[in-house]
Amino acid sequence: MAKGVMIVAEQRDGALRKISLELASTARKLADQSGDEVSAILLGSGIEGLAVELGKYGVDKVFVGDNAALEPYVTEAHAEVVAKIVKENDPSILLLGASVQGKDLSSRVAAKLATGLATDCTDVKIDGGKLVATRPMYAGKCYGEVVVAANPQMASLRPNVFPAAENAKAGAVVKVDVAIDAASIKSKVLEVQKDTSGKVDLTEATVIVSGGRGMKGPEGFAILDELADVLKGTVGASRAAVDAGWKAQKDQVGQTGKVVSPNLYIACGISGAIQHLAGMSSSKCIVAINKDAEAPIFTKADYGVVDDLFKVIPELTAVCKKLVA
Amino acid sequence: MRESPRLCDAQEKEVLTVNIIACVKQVPDTEAQIKVKADGSGIEEGQIKWVMNPYDEYGVEEALKLKEKNGGEVTVVSVGPARAMETIRTALAMGADKGVHICDPVFDGADAFVVANALAAVIKTLPHDIILCGQRAIDDDAGQVGSMLAEALGLPQLTLVTKLEYTGSTVKVIRPIEGAQLSVETVLPCVVTAQKGLNEPRYASLPGIMKAKKKPVDVKDAAALGIATDAKAKVAKTIPPPARPPGKIICGDEPAQKAAELGRLLREEAKAI
Repeated sequence: MAKGVMIVAEQRDGALRKISLELASTARKLADQSGDEVSAILLGSGIEGLAVELGKYGVDKVFVGDNAALEPYVTEAHAEVVAKIVKENDPSILLLGASVQGKDLSSRVAAKLATGLATDCTDVKIDGGKLVATRPMYAGKCYGEVVVAANPQMASLRPNVFPAAENAKAGAVVKVDVAIDAASIKSKVLEVQKDTSGKVDLTEATVIVSGGRGMKGPEGFAILDELADVLKGTVGASRAAVDAGWKAQKDQVGQTGKVVSPNLYIACGISGAIQHLAGMSSSKCIVAINKDAEAPIFTKADYGVVDDLFKVIPELTAVCKKLVA
Repeated sequence: MRESPRLCDAQEKEVLTVNIIACVKQVPDTEAQIKVKADGSGIEEGQIKWVMNPYDEYGVEEALKLKEKNGGEVTVVSVGPARAMETIRTALAMGADKGVHICDPVFDGADAFVVANALAAVIKTLPHDIILCGQRAIDDDAGQVGSMLAEALGLPQLTLVTKLEYTGSTVKVIRPIEGAQLSVETVLPCVVTAQKGLNEPRYASLPGIMKAKKKPVDVKDAAALGIATDAKAKVAKTIPPPARPPGKIICGDEPAQKAAELGRLLREEAKAI
């Protein structure tokens, strides 16, 4: 009978990604309700040492697949190995991150295992012995409570939403034989071009400073960059600002851009079109700065400032500089 | 590039025609207000304006560009109720050649697994080199169908693609991930999911709309596909988003005063900085 909670940890360049610790902690909480074991799958090349780290966050057993064919990540290879480990160990619940890689992998694995998957969840709980996964739909205009009618019950967790708490367990390493038939892997990573800006991706940022039409032009964003620098945040943009060519597409927050949940979201000169509100309303604290007191963004804001953003933001940057010093 | 029965090897350069499938879904417009039914069984559909999923538009546009450059045929496939025919016609009006509409009440409440298997059952019967899907549909936001379809067909997948180059025997794509861009190559046939940035979708022209009315659309029910239609993942309950407590408007005479008060509240009350 299916038993226990398994996670698929994610690493890049030999370091665990933060979502892996969020997964481990969440799995621990779920497993403790039924006295079950938490196991993890960790794949890559030269990564065995990372198992200890997973142990610190509540993982009892780590299945390590260490093989040059698993680095860099290619869907077909990883999906094959994950599906094999899952079949052999029969967990009741399987959790992945809703990162780019996790989304790509989780749906392929779910199809291989002929099971159901709840994507990008913001809450998971056990109810009547079954996993109930809560997830935003319509970019957060409503939520769905999803149950999976097969095993393992799969869910991917939205980064930045679940706390990562230390809770030391054995983190015992179980080496897995990774036999990958190279001929079966059709895709190949030709090049990895790293973003050298040093900025955290919007989906993983703890602070986002976003600008809209009210920034008046690409040069207006300079004051947002300064504020974001002080708060160690990332600058985002509304669709209006992206469509106007002021910011790159990867910076867009909203239903047709990135859906984000930082600790702090500062919306500057953004009126709050419903498609934008959908993409950021799960942020923990929302600030709106806009000179139009009637702007819909104020209906979502915890704190609102009705004033000229070009005057308020430099002042706010100065205030924050002192506060974080 | 696939073998063509029409030309011999010596003429291979001329047989770069490409068979493209574009999968589309009809979804509520991004400006739609979503109201949850009182019993939590779904959303109120009465007032909704239905459109082609924006990410699928990028897929259709890319399919048309590939066809225009290389020759070939674009088939649009959609799973959806009767109204989804409008979305198929929109794709045909943009320039796709023919459509398949998988339409059956048993697909109401279908999850990605069922939809992917339904699409696969149809696509198996059609010549296919490149299958394009939107990276996710903006209604359920699951983003699973592309990968599940690839698995059902036993094909490689390239998800979240912002640039696609077809070489005749392979595709090379750009995939942005957190903090990096990957350049990835795979062989045909393959499944590619479209991300914003891939292209700028065209509008249907008036002559295109007229022509679309005469293009063939094959309507299939579940029985014709011979697949299981039980959803593996079920939305047991649809709920409104958690309510946010009413916000505070920061008072003050000068911008500097407001900024100072905001900073203090973010630090002391919200503990956000």
